[in-house]
This record gives sequence, structure tokens and C-alpha cells, in this order.
Amino acid sequence: MIRLEGIERVFRVGGEAVHALRAIDLQVGEGEYLSIMGPSGSGKSTLLNIIGLLDRPNAGRYLLDGRDVTDLSDDERSRARREKIGFVFQFFHLVPRLSAAQNIELPMVLAGIAPEARRGRIARLLADYGLESRAVHRPDELSGGQCQRVAIARAMAMQPGVILADEPTGNLDRHTGQEVMALLEKLHADGGTLAVVTHDPEIGARAARRLRMIDGAIEGDERG
Amino acid sequence: MRFADHIEFAWRVVRGYRARTLLILLAMGIGVAAVIAVSSIGEGARLYVVNQFGALGTHLVIVLPGRSETAGSMPGVLVGKTPRDLTLDDALALRRSAAVRRLAPLIVGAGDVRAGALSREAPVLGSTAALMDIRHMTLASGRFLPEGDPRLAQPVCVIGAKLAAELFGARPVLGEWLRIGDRRFRIVGVLAAQGQSLGFNTDEIVIVPVAAAQALFDTEALFRILVEAKSREQIAPAQSDIEAILRERHEGKRDVTVITQDAVLATFDRILRALTLAVGGLAAISLAVAGILIMNVMLISVTQRRSEIGLLRALGATGRQIRLAFLTEAVLLALGGATLGLVAGKLGQLVIGQIVPDIPFTAPWWALIAAPLTAVVTAVLFSVLPARRAARLDPVQALSKR
Repeated sequence: MIRLEGIERVFRVGGEAVHALRAIDLQVGEGEYLSIMGPSGSGKSTLLNIIGLLDRPNAGRYLLDGRDVTDLSDDERSRARREKIGFVFQFFHLVPRLSAAQNIELPMVLAGIAPEARRGRIARLLADYGLESRAVHRPDELSGGQCQRVAIARAMAMQPGVILADEPTGNLDRHTGQEVMALLEKLHADGGTLAVVTHDPEIGARAARRLRMIDGAIEGDERG
Repeated sequence: MRFADHIEFAWRVVRGYRARTLLILLAMGIGVAAVIAVSSIGEGARLYVVNQFGALGTHLVIVLPGRSETAGSMPGVLVGKTPRDLTLDDALALRRSAAVRRLAPLIVGAGDVRAGALSREAPVLGSTAALMDIRHMTLASGRFLPEGDPRLAQPVCVIGAKLAAELFGARPVLGEWLRIGDRRFRIVGVLAAQGQSLGFNTDEIVIVPVAAAQALFDTEALFRILVEAKSREQIAPAQSDIEAILRERHEGKRDVTVITQDAVLATFDRILRALTLAVGGLAAISLAVAGILIMNVMLISVTQRRSEIGLLRALGATGRQIRLAFLTEAVLLALGGATLGLVAGKLGQLVIGQIVPDIPFTAPWWALIAAPLTAVVTAVLFSVLPARRAARLDPVQALSKR
């Protein structure tokens, strides 16, 4: 359950204040599937970063699962991120020197989970995303679709309630993009909250709830 | 994050960037190796001097005529004024001290030594049978000066190995007659080749009974009295006994100088230790340079791995975990470099030892500990700044494509 109240985010660019987000009020229920669309610079990614606790708002209040997370310390935000939120990025952001399995393992390593417990989870995730045969391959030996599957598996490693995807298909061809969306939607079908930022109207239209942002404000909120 | 995971994560980074790793290992290795090699040269010089003094004799107390205040100089170069000679009777009187095991009076002069038609100038030592044990001399053949009353001027002599070869070639030497000045001596022994020992080449000397030397050089005065104390603890009592006995014999005047081998040795030991520390410290500067290199490389690494740092933050890494990751990496690199340096330093020491076999090169224990320790400490110190910078990166900016 995500609740944003009067969120403002202002960047200073060359002495000029740029309003990336203005007076955002948003409530996302558990298990919702949400797409966020809008032109470049409309604040889509900033909104996603605020929801993902990567960024702090200049004003407003953010409640995550009923807890006010607006003023948490850096460490507490890190912990909340680790346990509740999974990220999927346009450029995959895999660590190039690590194998697919090791990339998937990273969040569990950071969380201090015992190696024995990690092994079982990695094996299951590799199987879930059809990556068994690519486990020991490094990102430069994987296709774009495989990279994004590794990234999704990594996002799911800590079984977060919320998956945030920033242009997950932006770097993939249409067919592979559809496959990746299907995987993300399967997570949603299993009960997770899914928020997807995208340029692509076709991708955006797949969501049950569609936000439209312009100049840092939510201009449209369609359902059904 | 678990300790083992920190190590493993850093290990993968170190392996992932080979060129960078190699560069740092090289810099650290050179620093550590330099400290070890240089300090082992200093330590080798110290041991060399200590050994040389050891070869001079053990628990040695040396009595010189004249009063001199320069107690810490080499016995060979001490020149004191001589108000009153040291005599053979003075020397024999020292036997009264309970702390003295044995003693040998010494007269030194140069003589024209002739055998048949061959002649040459050689240092002539007048002493007694005890000299051999006190100075740790060894014989190649024959025997040393006869025991018995040192006042008897028996016409016998012992000669150095090189002198024997020069005067007699390959012919048997024992029993031959040698002319020194206007006196004749029968050769009873030949010294084993020993080489240079603190200014004296025992291979070229002739040793005659002290009374014979007194007659030869027409003097009663002794050059030195070499006294061996019964043990290390007896050195100080022996020294005070000697001073008391000689003062009594010289009408209450303190007109001799008594120096102990230990005092001389301790001075050299101190000087050379300080010298070793100083050159070791100079070499340690290269470790500081290696530290600065680590800082540079780490700073570049933080910039290059911006998006990785952003990703780790997004996956839930705390600032502390990021900082620790970079510090662990630095420690791993430093440990690797230190190990490399230890091995290289030891190898270098062996190589130098091969080139100059006379000097016992060995790295002092403190260098073996201090050099790697300094390497690790500098690595950590110089990594604090890059690690903090990494930990403070804004995750959103770090993740964004530049």
C-alpha cells in the first residue's frame, strides 16, 4: 500500500528551480498494476524514484504499508528498499564481472542471508525465469532479453511486495519486450504491486490503472 | 552483509579489473620489497661488524697505556699519551684478579723478515701462548708459542699462512730458521689462513715470545694487554680489578685506559641500528607513494563504477556497506602487494647475499612486521576518502546514464 500526499520535488538546475513533481497525491493499493506515461521530463522517473525510496521529496508525506517513510534515515531507507521494493531498469544494471546467478544473489548477499538459504532461492529463480543454462554466464554473454530476465529475477530475490520498472522494455525489441512484460505481469498476478514507467502506449495500455503525467503533475488516472 | 561475503565481493572486483589490480600490487610490492631489502642491508652491515668484533675474542678487556677519554673508538686507533709504560710485570700482576681467565701481553712492531735469500717487511707481534685462545686463532700446522715463563726469550716463532707461502713457497716450513732483524727464530707453527680481521691481516704476521720482541725492539713497553674475563658477568669486575691493580703499581696514578669489547660493540650496534631504521624509513616513503596511487586508482574506480554503486544502493545496500566494500578491496590489494613485496624483498636479499657473500644480509624482524603493516595501514587510510565518496553518491544520479 503506497500513499503519497502533496509530494513536491524541486531540482536546482543552474540556479533555477525546476519542479519535477508538483502536489502529487496518489494512493496505490496492494496488488495493483499501474502504468505511468507521459512525455520526457514530465516527472515519471522521479515519481518512481520517490516511491522506490531512492529519492526524497522536498515536501509532502509518503506512507508505505501504513508507515511514514518520508523522514527515515539513509540506513532505514536502504533496509526498507531491500525488503519491500524490487527495481527493474531500462539498462538492466547488471554487474558486468558477476555471472547471472551471482547477480541474482546480490540482494540476498546485501541482506546477509546465509549462503545455504541463498543457493536454494537462486536455483528456483533461475528455473522460474528460464535461465538455468545461463547461470554461470556473464552479462556480456547474454542477450538483452536474458539480461532483463536476470534483472527481474534479481528484483524478486527478496520477494518484495512492490516491483518498480523504469522503461523495462526501452532497450529491447518488440517481441522480447512483450516477453518481459508477460513476466512482470505474472508477478502482479501472483499478488505483487507493479508500477511500470513507459513511453510506449502499447505497453502502457496493458495496465489496469494508467497514470498520465505532464509537467510534474498527474493529469490523468484511468482505470479499467 | 556477512564478513565472508564482503571478502568474496571484493575478491571478485580485484579479479575483475586485472590491469588495475596488477598496478597496485606492483606499487605496494615495490614499497614493501624496498623496505625489506634496504633494512636487510643495514642489518647485514650491523651483523658484519658484530661478527668481526666477536672474532676478536670473547669477554675481552683491553688495557692500553695512557689515559684517554675516547672510550668508544676502535682499539687500534686509540692514541693516548704515555706517561708511564705498561710492562710485562704489570701484565703478569693482573693474574691476581679472580675475574680474569687469561691474558696476553702484546708488543707490535715491524721487522725485516728473512729466510734464505728472500726478505720482506712484516708486522711482528710479541706475545704469549695465551694469545691463541684469546684471539681465537687457529693453526694450520705445528704448535703455537710455548707455555712457561713469559720472561724467557725463546728463539721460536709462528708465522701467517701467506708469509709462509711467500718466503718458502711449497717447501715445508716447520723447523726452518727465520731471521728477524739480527736475531734468528725457529718456525714452530703456521697460522691457518684467516684473512683480514679489523685492521690486522693475521696471514702476514710473525708472532714471537714477548720477551724476544722486547729484546728485538729494545723496549720494555707493551702495546696492549689483552685480558679475557671468566664470563660476560665478570667483564665489569675484571675491568675494575685491572684498574685497581695498575693504579696500585703505578703509584696511585690512573695512567692506563681499560676498554671493554662490549662497550665498543654496543656503540657500533647502536649506530648501525639507527642507520638501518633511517634507511628503512626512507624506503617506507615509497609505501606512502603507493598509498597515494591506491587513492587515485580508487577514486577513478568510484567514478567508473558509479552505476554499480547506484544499483547496489537500489538493491538495499547501506552507505556503510558501500564504504566497507571499497575498504575491503583496498585491504585485499594491500595484503596481496605486501605478500608480493615480502617474497620479492627476500629474493632481493638472497641475490645481494650472493653478490656480497661476506656480509650476512638478513631482514630485521621489525622490518618484516612493519613493512606489510605499513602497507595495509596506508592502503586503508588512503582509501577512506574514495570509500566515503562512493558511500555518499546519490543513488538516483549514480543510476542515471551520464
